[in-house]
Amino acid sequence: MTAALTAWVESVGVLGPGLPDWPSAAAALAGRTPYEPRPTVIPPLTSLPAAERRRTGKVVRLALTVGLEAVARAGADAAALPAVFTSSGGDGENCHEICQVLAGTERQISPTRFHNSVHNAASGYWGIATGATAASNALCAHDASFAAGLLEALVALCVDGTAVLVIAYDADYPEPMRSVRPIPDAFGVALLLTPDPRPASLARLTAGLQAAPAERLHDPQLEALRAQVPAARSLPLLRRIARAEPAAVAVDYVEEQRLMIEVSPCP
Amino acid sequence: MKPLALTAFTATSCLGRGLDATRAALEEGRTGLARCTFETVILDTHVGEAPGVDAECLPAELQEFECRNNRLARLGLGQDGFDEAVRSLARRVGSQRIGVWLGTSTSGILETELAYRRRDPGSGALPDGFRYRGAHNTFSVAAFVQRALGLEGPAAVISSACSSSAKVFASAQRAIEAGLVDAAVVGGVDSLCLTTLYGFHSLQLVARTPCRPFDAGRDGLSIGEAAAFVLLERPSGQLPKNGVLLLGTGESSDAWHMSAPHPEGRGAAAAMSQALEAARLGSGDIDYINFHGTGTPSNDAAEARAVSAVLGPRVPGSSTKGATGHTLGAAGALEAVICALALRHGVMPGGVNTQTVDPALPVSYLTASRRAPLKAVMSNSFGFGGSNCSLIFATGR
Repeated sequence: MTAALTAWVESVGVLGPGLPDWPSAAAALAGRTPYEPRPTVIPPLTSLPAAERRRTGKVVRLALTVGLEAVARAGADAAALPAVFTSSGGDGENCHEICQVLAGTERQISPTRFHNSVHNAASGYWGIATGATAASNALCAHDASFAAGLLEALVALCVDGTAVLVIAYDADYPEPMRSVRPIPDAFGVALLLTPDPRPASLARLTAGLQAAPAERLHDPQLEALRAQVPAARSLPLLRRIARAEPAAVAVDYVEEQRLMIEVSPCP
Repeated sequence: MKPLALTAFTATSCLGRGLDATRAALEEGRTGLARCTFETVILDTHVGEAPGVDAECLPAELQEFECRNNRLARLGLGQDGFDEAVRSLARRVGSQRIGVWLGTSTSGILETELAYRRRDPGSGALPDGFRYRGAHNTFSVAAFVQRALGLEGPAAVISSACSSSAKVFASAQRAIEAGLVDAAVVGGVDSLCLTTLYGFHSLQLVARTPCRPFDAGRDGLSIGEAAAFVLLERPSGQLPKNGVLLLGTGESSDAWHMSAPHPEGRGAAAAMSQALEAARLGSGDIDYINFHGTGTPSNDAAEARAVSAVLGPRVPGSSTKGATGHTLGAAGALEAVICALALRHGVMPGGVNTQTVDPALPVSYLTASRRAPLKAVMSNSFGFGGSNCSLIFATGR
C-alpha cells in the first residue's frame, strides 16, 4: 500500500434515490430501516441569488445540496473551506442540449448553457452561494471519480493541514447519451474532512492505494446504486461510517487499483 | 512548499511541434493564428490549429481512445523525447510510482458533436461505435496518456476550465510531498471543437482578428489547441545547468461570477500572493510574468489590477496567447512550458499582435522579445467559475 493518509470525518451530506439526507441514508446503510428506492428529489436552492438560481441545472443543485448539508451538520464556515468537487459526467442535460443545437444549422448556444458546460460549474456556483474564496478543485476519473476526489482531498489535507470539503456527484443523462452511459438517477455525497479529531467527529479514515477487489453491498438495490452511479461508489465507506464499526473498505479507483480505507469510528 | 524539478517538458500548438518550433516562433514574434477553417465552423474569427493532428494515428491497442483530443495528446507525447524520458524513469522508480494529472476542458467532445449529426433519424440513437469512456468522458485523456506511457499509478483529470492544466502542477506537487508518488506527468490537452468556438462566440468574447492581449483596442480572444507535458520529480543533488524548478503554486476562487472575473482581480491577486509565499519569494523577486492575458477587455483589466497590486507595475510581462491563441484547458501547461523555455534560454517572449498597449493597464507589457538573465518567473491561469491558479518557476542556480 502507498503512504497512508489520515483524516477525520466530521460530517456527511447525502442525496440519492430514497436517500434524502445523511440520517436517512445512515439508517438504511446500517440496516436499521429498510432501503426503499424512490426517484431522487433535489430541493430548490435558497442559498443562491434568484438570478443565479434560475441558471442552475439539477447537477449543480445536487452538488450544492449535499455540500451545504455537510457544512450545516458540522456548524462549519463554508466560506473558509477549501473544496474538491468530483464528478464523472458533470451536467449531462446541459451537454445534451448543446450537442443538439450544434448538430443543427443555427448553432446558437445560449451563453448560460455555455458557462454551465464547464466541469467546474458546481464549484463556481458553490463560491457564489457561500462566498468561499479558498482553493477549489474539479476532478474527473470516470467510474473512479469518487475515490479520485477523496484522494485529492486527503492529500491536500495532509500536506496543507487544513479541513477540506469533498463533494462527489453524478446524475443521469437524457437520451441518446443515457443509452451509452446508463446512470439511472442522481446521487451526491459530501464529506467534511478535518486533520484532527473534533468533538463531533464520526470516524477516522486512513487511506492508501492497493490492488484489491472493491467491496460490494449485500442489499441488491443499494449494490445496484453503487455499481451504476460513479458517486455512489462511496456507499460501502458510508455504510461503515453509519455502522460505527472498525473495518477496512476497498473503494473503486483507476484501473485495478483501489483506495483502501481503514475506518475507525470515534467514540 | 518543497520545490520540484522539471526533468522533461514539451509543447505542441499552432506554433509547431515540440520545443524548438515553439521557441523559434515566440522569439521571432510570429503568431500561429489563422483564419478559421476548422470543420464546418462558419465564424468570422482566427484560431490556432496544431499541425498534423488529423494525420496522427493511435496504436491498435489504444483504439478505444480514438478522438481528436487523444490524437493531439499522442502527437505531443512524441516530441522532445518526452515519452522516452517517462518510460526511462518508470523503469527506475516503478510504473506505480508515477502519477498522471492532466487538464482538459472539453476532452473528446468533438466526437460527440459529430455523432449527434449522425443520430438515427427514427430512434435518435447515437451511431454504433460511439465511445463514451474513451472519447467523450472528461477523464479520457488521462486514461489514454497513462496507458500510452505504461504507467500504473494514480491518475485524474482536473477540469476547471482555463485554469485546469495550471492546477495539475499544484495537485501533483502535493501528491509527491505526501509520498503518494515519486514523480508525476502533468500537462494539458485541449483541442478545437464546436462547443468552445460557438460558446465563446455566444458570450461575445471572440475577436475577429488575431487576439491582441493588453491592447487598447483589444476586443476578445482567439481559440487555440495544444498538448503540453511536464515530468515533475524531486530534485536530486545538483540540478543540471539551466535546470528549471517549480517553486510555488497558488490557488483561489473568485466567488463572484460564472463567466466574468472579479473586477479588481481579487481571486487572481490571492493566487499570486499564495504562490509567492509558497516559493518564499518577495514581490521584487519575479523577473517576468506570463499573463493569463486572453485579450478580452474584462480579463486583461482585472488581471492588470491584480498584478499591479501584488507585484507592482514594473515587472516585465506578456501574454503569449497572441501567438498560440487561448488553448483553454491546455493553457496553464503550455504557458508553464513557455516559462521554462524563458528561464532556460534567458529570453522573455514578447506579446504579438498588440500594437498600442492600453495606457489604462498598470503593467509593463513587452511587445518584443527581450534577452535577460531570469531567475524566477510567474505564470497566471484563470478560468470560468472564478478558478484561479498562479505558478512560479525558477532556475536551479
